[in-house]
Parts: sequence; C-alpha cells; structure tokens
Amino acid sequence: MANPLVVTNLVKSFNGRKALDGVSLDLRQSEILGLLGPNGAGKSTLVRTIMGRVTPNSGEVAIFGRSAPAGDNVAREQVGVVPQEIALYPLLTARENLMVFGRYHGLHGDALDHAIQESLSWAGLAERAFDATKQLSGGMKRRLNMAAGVIHKPKLLLLDEPTVGVDPQSRERIYQMIETLRAGGVSMIYTTHYMEEAERLCDRIAIIDHGRIIASGTKDELVRSTIGDKREMVMVEKVPSLEAVFLHLTGRDLRE
Amino acid sequence: MIGNIVRTGWMNLRRDRAAWMLSFVVPIVFFSIFASIFGGRRSSTPRVTVLIVDEDRSDRSKRLVNALRAESALKVIDKADAASAEAVIKKGDAAVALVIPKGFGTTQITFGPAKAGAPSFRMLRDPSDMIAPQVVSGMLQKTLFVGMPDMMITGGMDALEKFGGPLTPQQRENLQKQATNLKNLPRQKQQQGDLVKLDVTDVVGSKDNPIIAFYGAGVGVMFLLFTASGAGGALLDEVESGTLDRILSTRVSMSKLLAGKLVYLWSLGVAQLIVMFVWGALVFRLPLMSHLAGFAIMTSVTALTCATFGLLLASVSRTRAQLSAISTLAVLSISALGGSMFPRFLMSEKLQRASLVLFNSWALDGYINVFWREAPLSTLVAPVAVLIGWAVVFFFIARQLARRWEFV
Repeated sequence: MANPLVVTNLVKSFNGRKALDGVSLDLRQSEILGLLGPNGAGKSTLVRTIMGRVTPNSGEVAIFGRSAPAGDNVAREQVGVVPQEIALYPLLTARENLMVFGRYHGLHGDALDHAIQESLSWAGLAERAFDATKQLSGGMKRRLNMAAGVIHKPKLLLLDEPTVGVDPQSRERIYQMIETLRAGGVSMIYTTHYMEEAERLCDRIAIIDHGRIIASGTKDELVRSTIGDKREMVMVEKVPSLEAVFLHLTGRDLRE
Repeated sequence: MIGNIVRTGWMNLRRDRAAWMLSFVVPIVFFSIFASIFGGRRSSTPRVTVLIVDEDRSDRSKRLVNALRAESALKVIDKADAASAEAVIKKGDAAVALVIPKGFGTTQITFGPAKAGAPSFRMLRDPSDMIAPQVVSGMLQKTLFVGMPDMMITGGMDALEKFGGPLTPQQRENLQKQATNLKNLPRQKQQQGDLVKLDVTDVVGSKDNPIIAFYGAGVGVMFLLFTASGAGGALLDEVESGTLDRILSTRVSMSKLLAGKLVYLWSLGVAQLIVMFVWGALVFRLPLMSHLAGFAIMTSVTALTCATFGLLLASVSRTRAQLSAISTLAVLSISALGGSMFPRFLMSEKLQRASLVLFNSWALDGYINVFWREAPLSTLVAPVAVLIGWAVVFFFIARQLARRWEFV
C-alpha cells in the first residue's frame, strides 16, 4: 500500500526567493510527522503546497500513491486540514459550522448528522453544539477548528499549530484528540513551535530551515546525528531536549 | 454544493443583525422618507416663493402685485425695499425677488425694443436655484398679458398705429372703451383663462402615486448595491480568516464558490426588492399587483447585475476596509449619475446620454417603463439585455481577479 504522503523535491520561489528548496519527505501509515522550523523557514508553504493551495515550480506531491497537483481536490478527498487560524464562521453555531464543512466535503443526510454528533463528542463540545462559535472560549474554538477538519474522516491530516494560544487543559484535550485519530489509523503532518509537544506526539521529526529539510528522523536519531557524543559533555544529568536539537540546527537568532 | 454556499450565506445573515437591518429595514426607511417627501406633492402644485418690492406704489403696480399673488404657482411676499429682499435671498429663505420700478404706472408698454430711459423690472436671484427665476420671469410676462389686458390693448394700439398706420378716431374710441371695460372687470374674471385654451392630460404615470415607483426603484437599486458589496465582502472575511483556504481544500472549487456567492447575493437582492415594493404597495399604494410580470423580470435581472457588481468590488479589494471605501465611493457615484437620487430626465441631455454607460440607469429605466409608463413588456428587452451583459462582464472580471486567492 502506498504511503499516505510522499513529497519529492519540491521547489517554490516567491519573487526570486526560494521558500522551498528541494523538499522531500514521506509520511507512513498512522504516523505523526512533526514539522519544525523557525518562522519563515518554509513550513507553511510546504503545508499549503500539500493542501494544493500553492503551485510548486517543480517537484511533486503524491497522496496515497496518486499524484496531486495544485487544485486537484479529487486527489485530496482523503485529506483533512486544520489551519492555524480559527477558520470558522463566527456567527454560526458549532453544529452549523460542522454541518457547513461536512456538506462542502460531500456529506449529507444521516451520514452528515452522524459525523456531526461524532465530531462534537470527539471535541468535547456536545453540550455547546448550539452556541455561536464567537461565544466559545479560545480552547473550544481550537477544538471546533480541528473537528471541522476531520468531519469527513480523512486518512491524512495536516495540522498547523493546533494548540496556539490555548491553556494547558485544552492542550491536553487536543493531545487526546490527536491520539484518538492516530489510533484510528490517521496519518498526520504536525507543525508546531512547541518542542515538548513534538516530543510527546510525533513519531518522527523533520526540521526545515531556509526551505530545506535539514534533518529528519526520530528524536533519538536526531540527537545522535546532531549533538551525538557531546551529550555527555554538555548534559550531565539530563538527555538533551528536542529544543536543544532544534536550536543547535537553526541557531538562536530571532528571525522576526 | 452551491445550495450549501447559499444556505451558509443566509444563515450568516440571519445572525447578523446589522446586516439584516441594512438589507431590509434601512432601505424601507429611506424609501418611506423619499416617498413621503415627494409622493405627497401631487395633490398641490409646488409653489415658488417670490419677494415683491413695489417701488412704484401706483394703482397699476398694485394691480400687477395682486395679479401675481393670484397665481397658484407663486407664493408672493411683500418687501419694503430691494435691500431687505436681497438680505432674505442671501439668508436662503427665498430664491428670487422682483422689483417693480418707479414709473411703471405711467410708462406705456411697448412691443418691440424698449424705449431709452424706460424703467425696467429688476430680478434679484439665488443662482443655485435654476428653476425659480425662470418660473417668475414667465409668470410676470403671462400676468401682464392675461391679468392686465387693458394695459396690453393700449400698448397694442400704439404699435398698430406705428406699424399699420393711424387708427380712425372712432376705432381709437372703441378700443379705449374696451380697455376701460377690461380694467373694470372683477379681478377673478381678469384672471380667468389664458391666451389660448389649454387642456392638460397625464398620459404616463400611475394614476394614484406615480413618483413612488421612481423612488422605489431608485432607493431599491442603490441599497441593493450597498448590500451586494457588503455581502460580497464575506469573501474577504473568508480570505482573512483562512476559511477560504479551508473551503478550497474541500470539494468546492473557486468557480463553484463564486457561483454559490452569486446565487446567494441574487436571492438576497430579490428578497430585498420584494420587501421594498411590497412595502410600497401596502403603504404608498404602489400598483405592484397589476405589474407583477414586469416587476419580476426587472427584479431578477437587476438583482443579478448588482450581485455580480458586489462580487467584482470584493474581488478588486484587498481588505474589508478597502472594500468599504471603494464600494461607498462607487455606489454613491453611480447612484447619483444613474438616477437613483435625482431623476435622469431632469439631467442635461449630455449627462443623460453619458449615464447610459451605467447599468443602474438601465435598471431604473426598466422599472420606470413598468410602473410609470406602463409600457408593454417588450420595452424591457433593451434594459434586460444590457443588465445581463454587464452581469456577464462583472462576473468574468471577478472570476479572473479571484485567481489570486486560488493558487500562488
């Protein structure tokens, strides 16, 4: 069976500046691949290219073995998207938002009703189903934002910083939601700036900077390949954190 | 899919009280204001206020003032002198003053060039009012002819002798006698009739309240444009919130999305015009039921063109704030030039021709054909064709501009 996602040598330039410079990666079945990188490194461009919203100058995106050029929504029917922004209709209720996006994904009738109930329950919003989205708390909006991205039960999910601005409790709930999806066989690309989040959730990590994947592998592989023996010299009592790996690779300078 | 986009638009509108008010309540309020101001004027002729300064204070000048006062088109206010009349005009309380010169009572009316040194009437005016001075000037000439016939006969005798040879003493005596009889006629009889008999028949316009149809269409189309541009801005909200990206990652393509938005805006426009005209029928006796077919045709195409115009404005703009500025400017400009605020038939011919470039002038012409001229439906072919043509152009441009949101 083909991998859920294979990205091969993607190149994309904006006004002569390369946002993606030969990015390749693959995502395996039921795997969460963490995509880490400083601001402006090319994470969003990569995610948007996988979504089909950016046309690459060269390279290819294949979803479940099928080539998926920009705009090919048929190839992306099994893809779900959870954007960083709360991409919902604030005046509509939680239920109505799920209904709208469910319909956009081709659901209707009993299947739609069932999917809405399941999504509300999954997101812990069943009791707030009839509240206007703008009245929900930040954490609830985040969870609803995720629910709208998985209403059609995608096999491949793109999560772009899904825990930005939420309290620890909501974050814990979101982790549980993601674990449930993984248990259900969903493969995920997960972008985040929180290293402990990546350590906890991701099976593998890909670090992107200046439009290139500069390292990838499991956390242990990354530590071995970057800090390696220095571990014993620098960290006496503790294994180096993923954050240390990240800063070692991308530097400490503020990007913006 | 398009049905879902339309349903989403209506669900959002239902929850947005401000948009709801702007779409359905504010247009009715404006329409009612216009209709109340202008609709009620049919029962009485609008009168022009004229200040009269009688510097002559002769019997003849008093007769002239009385004759002018009897004119239904004029509201005469006496002023003691030209300076006080000028002050009133400067204050804006009247647009025109007529000064009857000293010596008017003793000067013979002449046909042809005026005699050197003859006293002349003076008119003081506010040039911003282009109509009142012309009305007063015309009424002065008419009053002299009709209201003071003895004076005209005397002047006429002199002209006749000058150009046709001297009258016999008998002729002169008879004419003088006739002039005296006319002078002694009761004032009412002097005022009766004009130089030629004139029967006036209204051949166009609804019998009950003709101007209502004009303002119904004018205000309706203007608010349709405001609503369409505001609702089209939902597209920009979706861009800014990332919702558009999410939508376009589903089965919905940009073409389907714009088509769905178009159908929603069209249905909103149709609903808005129906509410407006039903209100007009219920409150201002607009004859809607007897013109349903024409109303349906014009409402369908007008709402279509306004919907595409709203999409065009949204796709031209980068942000909501930009859309707000552009649409306010565009809608007010084309509403003024297209005749929503001021009837096109009162504009100069040049401006009337130029305004045909604007789609809303065709929409208004169509509605006026239906409700005012009560013209057959075949007269709607041209407005309908032009409106559909503009709708196609607007939608095509909007679709092209929307490519920037589609892919980068």
